[in-house]
Amino acid sequence: MGIKKSVKRVDAVQKATGSAKYVEDLIPVGALHAKMVRSTIANGIVKSIDTTEAYRMPGVELILTCFDVPNHLYPTSGHPLSLDPNHSDTKDKLILERRVRYYGDDIAVVVADTPLNARLAAEKVVVEYEVFEPLLTPEAAVNNPCSLHEIRPNNELSRLDFEISPGGDVRFYNAEFSTDPKIAGRDDLIGVHYSVPTMNACHIETNGCFAYMEGRKLIVCSCNQVPHTLRRNIADAIGIPVGNVRVIRPYIGGGFGNKQDTMYEPIVGLCSMKLGGRPVAITLTREETFVNTRVRHAFDMMIKSEADADGKMTKRGLRINSNGGAYAAHTHAVTAYAITNNFQNYLTSGVQIGESSTAYTNLPSAAALRGYGIPQLSFAMESEMDDIARENGWDPVDFRLKNIQTDGFVDPFDKFVVSSCGMHGCIQKGREVSDWDRKRKAYDEFNKSSDKIKKGIGMACFSYKTGVWPIQIENASCRIMMNEDGTATVQVGATEIGQGSDTVLTQMVSEITTIAEDRLTLVPFCDTDTSPYDSGAYASRQTYISGGAVKQTAELLRNKLLARAASVYDLPIESLTIADERILDKESGQTVCTFAELCTFMNFTNDHVTETEHIIAESTFTAQSICFSYGVSFIDIEVDVPLGKVKINKVYSVHDSGQILNPALAHGQLHGGIAMGIGYALGEQLLFDQKTGKPLNNNLLDYKIPTAMDMPEVETYFVETYEPTGPFGNKGLAEPPLIPQAPAIRNAVLHATGVGIRKLPMNPQNLVHAFIEAGLIEA
Amino acid sequence: MFKTVRMTVNGKAVELAVDERESLTDTLRERLGLTSVKKGCEVGECGACTVLIDGVSKNSCIYLTVWADGHEIITVEGIRGKNGLLHPVQQAFVDEAAIQCGFCTPGLILTGVELVNSGKKYSRAELRERISGHLCRCTGYENILRALEKVVGSESD
Amino acid sequence: MYDIKTTYNAKSVREALRLLSENEGAVIVCGGTDVMIRIRELKLRRATLISILDIPELCEIHLDTNEDLLIGPGCCFAAICGNDLIRAHVPMLADACNQVGSPQIRNIATIGGNICNGAVSADSVPALMVLDAMLELTGADGSRVVPIREFHTGPGKTVLKADSEILTCIRIPRAKYTDHGGCYLKFGMRNAMEIATLGCAVNAALTRDGTIRDFAIAFGVAAPTPLRCPEAEALMVGKKATPALIRELRKAVLLETRPRDSWRASKELRLQLIQELSERATVQAIENCGGEIHV
Ligand code: FES
Ligand code: FES
Repeated sequence: MGIKKSVKRVDAVQKATGSAKYVEDLIPVGALHAKMVRSTIANGIVKSIDTTEAYRMPGVELILTCFDVPNHLYPTSGHPLSLDPNHSDTKDKLILERRVRYYGDDIAVVVADTPLNARLAAEKVVVEYEVFEPLLTPEAAVNNPCSLHEIRPNNELSRLDFEISPGGDVRFYNAEFSTDPKIAGRDDLIGVHYSVPTMNACHIETNGCFAYMEGRKLIVCSCNQVPHTLRRNIADAIGIPVGNVRVIRPYIGGGFGNKQDTMYEPIVGLCSMKLGGRPVAITLTREETFVNTRVRHAFDMMIKSEADADGKMTKRGLRINSNGGAYAAHTHAVTAYAITNNFQNYLTSGVQIGESSTAYTNLPSAAALRGYGIPQLSFAMESEMDDIARENGWDPVDFRLKNIQTDGFVDPFDKFVVSSCGMHGCIQKGREVSDWDRKRKAYDEFNKSSDKIKKGIGMACFSYKTGVWPIQIENASCRIMMNEDGTATVQVGATEIGQGSDTVLTQMVSEITTIAEDRLTLVPFCDTDTSPYDSGAYASRQTYISGGAVKQTAELLRNKLLARAASVYDLPIESLTIADERILDKESGQTVCTFAELCTFMNFTNDHVTETEHIIAESTFTAQSICFSYGVSFIDIEVDVPLGKVKINKVYSVHDSGQILNPALAHGQLHGGIAMGIGYALGEQLLFDQKTGKPLNNNLLDYKIPTAMDMPEVETYFVETYEPTGPFGNKGLAEPPLIPQAPAIRNAVLHATGVGIRKLPMNPQNLVHAFIEAGLIEA
Repeated sequence: MFKTVRMTVNGKAVELAVDERESLTDTLRERLGLTSVKKGCEVGECGACTVLIDGVSKNSCIYLTVWADGHEIITVEGIRGKNGLLHPVQQAFVDEAAIQCGFCTPGLILTGVELVNSGKKYSRAELRERISGHLCRCTGYENILRALEKVVGSESD
Repeated sequence: MYDIKTTYNAKSVREALRLLSENEGAVIVCGGTDVMIRIRELKLRRATLISILDIPELCEIHLDTNEDLLIGPGCCFAAICGNDLIRAHVPMLADACNQVGSPQIRNIATIGGNICNGAVSADSVPALMVLDAMLELTGADGSRVVPIREFHTGPGKTVLKADSEILTCIRIPRAKYTDHGGCYLKFGMRNAMEIATLGCAVNAALTRDGTIRDFAIAFGVAAPTPLRCPEAEALMVGKKATPALIRELRKAVLLETRPRDSWRASKELRLQLIQELSERATVQAIENCGGEIHV
C-alpha cells in the first residue's frame, strides 16, 4: 500500500478487542501500591511529619517523607538534553518537597499492599506546616517577597522581550514585569486585555507507572510520551547511571503533551529500590490527574495591532503574562512559542514589540498541552483581527488575506524561509465551503428581527511550527530487521499516543521497501534497552522527524537488499530494482528473487564469498529544518442570548499539513482537535479557591469536556502543499486542529451579537454577564 | 470479608470468592484478567469501565461485584464470533478509523453491541445521545458515530 | 476497592428494615451511584450497605385502583423513561429522568435514590413537586405519607429517618396528571453528563376557554432545597396566559427563590435562568395542555 492511502491503523484490532495493554494492565500481580501524601496548603513549609500512626495501618510497607529523599534538584520537562545553557531545562524539583508550592504538592508517599490500604494509611500521616499566603496569579507572585524557589527569588521564572525591526532583525532586551495597558510603556501601543484559563488535557487514561528491579537495573513502565528523556530524568532524580534505568512504554491512552514530563516515575523507582526491587505501582486518580500532572498555562494578554487605510498591518504589540505554576517544567518555552507566533502569522510593516513573562505561582505546574501556547495566543490575536475588521467595516476574510504569511516569509526568530505556505488556499477553501459571503449577509438580516436567537459565522486562522530545531536538537533513529520469510520488524523510539504514528511510519517503510503493511511489524512498545533513540512525541514531530529516520532507514534497507542480491546472484547492482517484495532485473522486469528467498539464504547460509549477513538497517536522522503547518476554521453558530448558550451548527476546518500520508487518520486528527478546541472555547476551565488555592472542579463532571451531544457536525478538508524538508512532503498535524476553534467561535459570537468576548471560556456564565453588560439582556 | 459470587462472564459460568469491597471493575480486571475494562474516573463519569450486565450497559466502577451475583456479564473480550471474527461493531470501529488511543474504545463498543441487540435503528442525534456516557478525548466522536451508523444507523439520517 | 465493612442484600422491605435496625450507621443502597461516590470520597467510612435492588415490589410502576400513578422507588431512570404508563400520563417525568447523568448511569441510578439523597440538583424532584407527588415512607411500625413538597429540609437533608425508614412508594395523584400539560427544563453547561445549574418544572391545566385553572412551578438549585413557588402559582391561576402574565411570572418567581453564588454558577446567572426557564417551561407546558401563548 504505502503512503497517501487510508491504511487501517496497525493497532486497531488490538484496541478493539482489548488485547492492547496499557500501563495499568501490566502491573505485576502482587505489586505494592503507592499513594502520595499531598499538602493541604498551597504555599508554605513542612515543619514536621509524623508517620507513627500511618505505619500502624494494615498493609503498610514503606513511608518516605520529604525528609528522606535525595537533596538533589532535577528537571521534569520531557525535552531532550540541551547542551546550550541558555536552552537547558530548569532544575527545580525534588522527589518529595518540604517547600510546599501548590495545593496537593508531593510531601510524602505511603506504599502498601493495596491501593485502599495505601490511601487509608496516607490519611494518617500527620503534617505540621508553616503557612504562607497563596500566590495564585503572576500579578500576585512576581516581586512578592515570598520566594517560591531560591533560584528565582522574585518568582519570575523567565522572560522573553524583543523588538523586530522592519527588516526582520530581532533585538532582544529585558523588560520589567508589568500589567499596564501600555505595552513596553509606549503610548502608541495601548493594549486590550484578553485572558484564558487553566485547562487540563483530560486524556481518558490517567497518569500512572510502576517500577521494579532486575539486578542493578531499575525497570520503569510508564505511559510517557518521551521514554528516552524519561530515562535520563529518572536517573538524574534518583542519582543512578542512565544505563541502570530501563523505561518501558506500552500503549498509551492519550497524552496531548501531558504525558511528556517526568511525574511519579522517580518516586516509584526510589520506593522499589528501598524495598529490594519489589514492584511498586502508582495510578493517579482522575482528581489527581487534573492537578498533579500538568496543565495548560493561563495567560493574561495585552494586545494592540493596527492596520492602515488599505488594510495592511502596520503595528503589532503584545504582552503575555503567563501562569507557570509551582514548578518550571518547560520553563518559558510555551510562552516563548506564543509570543513569537504573534509576529509570524501576519506581515507587518512597522513597530513590532513582544514582551513576555512566565511566573512561578502556587498553582499546578503548566507545561505542554496540544498547541503549546498557540491556542492561548490565537484567541487574542485572531479576536483582535476581527475587531479591527469590524471597526473599519472590512470583511474579516479579505482583511486577513491582505496580511497573511506567504511563501518566502523569513521567520525572524529561527531564520528559515517558508516554502510551503498553504494558508491562502485554506482560507479560500473555507470561505467557499462554509458559504461565508452569503451567510455573513443573511445572518445580519436575520438578526435584525430576532432578539433571542442570533446567528453568526466567524473564522480564525493559524500557523504552527512542526519540530523544534534550532532551539533544540532534532534527531531520531530507526532499525528495520528482515525476517527469512521476507517480512520485517521495525523498531522506532517514536511514541504512538493515539495520533497514529505507528501506522504512518509503517506506511513509510512499505512505500520504500514495497513490503505490505500487514507483513511489517512496528514494535508497539518502546523499551529503552532495545528501541533506538528518539526524543519522543511532541511538537507534532513524529511523522516529520521520526518519519525522516524511518524513510532514511528504509532506503538503507532497500539498498542492502539490492546489494546482497547483486552479490548472491552475481549481477551488477545498477541493473536491479525492487517491486512487490522482489528483486527484479530493471530492463526485463524478470524476478531475480523474492525478499523471502534472499533473506532465507542470508539467514541460513554461512558463505564467505557473498558475505552473508542478517539484513538489518539502522540509522540516525538529524534534521536541521523546521516548517509551519497552517489552517483555518469557519464556524457557523446560533446564540441563545437570554441563556448565554452557543449552539454550533457546523465547523468547517481546512488544514495545510503538507502531503497527507493517511487521509482517514488525518481527518480523525482534525475531528479530535476540533472537539478539544470547542471544549476550550465553550466550557473548560480548571478552577481554584482564590483564598486557599484548593482545586474546585478537578473531576469529569465539573470540568466540562464535550460529550457526543456537545459536538456539532464537522466538515474537514486538507489543502495539500509539499514541504521540501518533510520526508514525504509532510508537516505536523496532531496539535494544530485545536488552535483556531476558540477565536472562530468568538468571532461568530461577535458577528451574531456585536459583543466581543475577551475571556475564555465562553460558557453561559461569562456570556450572560457580557450580554448584561452590553445591554442585550435586561439586568 | 470474602463472599462467593456466581455469575456468567463472557458466556462462561464462574464462581469466585471476592472481597466484598471490590468493584466489578476490580474483579474483572484483577481476578479474571479482563483488562479491556478500563478506568478513567471510577465515579461513573467517563464510561471507560462500561460492561454489559444482563445485556444492559452499566458503569462497572461503581457497581459492587457482590451485586453481580446471578447476573450475566459481557466485556469486549467476549464478543468475538466463535470463529474469532470481529463483532460487526468492532469491525466497524476498525474500518471507520473510530479508534485513536483506544482507551474509550472497549466501553463504546459495548454500548454499540447493546444497540445492535436492541434490534432498532438509530438516527445520528439518537446515537449521540446513546453514547453520551462515554467521554472520548481523541476522536471528537465523529468516526465513532460513522462506525455506529454503519451498523445500527437509520436510513433516514 | 471501597472502604466497606459489610454488605447485605435484602429480599424484602421487612428484611431491609430489620437489617437497618440491627446495623448502626448502615446505609440503604439501590443503584448505588451516589453512595459509592460518597464512599470513594471517604465521606462514608467502613460502610455497611443494605442493597434493596432485589426487592421486586420496589421496582414496579402501575396504576392504583383510583388511577393514581404508583412508582416504585427502585426503578432506574431508564425504566421510568421507557415505561408506557409514565410516557402516557406524565411525559414530563420521563423527560426529566432522561436528562440525568448518562445512559449508563440511568441504567443503574434510581428515582428513589435521587429523592432520598436530598440533592438540590436532583432532576426528578422539580417534576415530582409540580405533580404533587406523595412519598410513602415505611418503618417498622408501618408507613407514613409525606408530600414531596415537605420532604426536603436542607441541602442533603430530608425528613426521612435514615436509620429506620425506607421510601417505598411514589404516588402521583390522578388529578394532577389528567388534562394537565407539563414541562421540565434542565439547564446545564453541557448537553449530557451534567448536573443541573438550574432546573424548572411547570405543570398546568386550562379551562375550556383557555383560562389557567391549575398551575404549579418548581425549581431545583434555586434555593438550598428544591422548591415550589406558591405565590407565583396563585398569580397565574384564573387568568389567561398572555405575554403580560408571563412577564409578571418572571418577576414573581424571583421573589420566592434564593439562588446562591457558587463556583458552579454565579447568582447573576441563576437569576437570569430562573426568569428565562420559568417563561420557557410555562409556554411549553401550556402548549402541552392544548393552549398557546405567543411571547
Ligand atoms: S471509570 Fe467507570 S465511569 Fe469512569
Ligand atoms: S480514542 Fe482516545 S479517548 Fe477515545
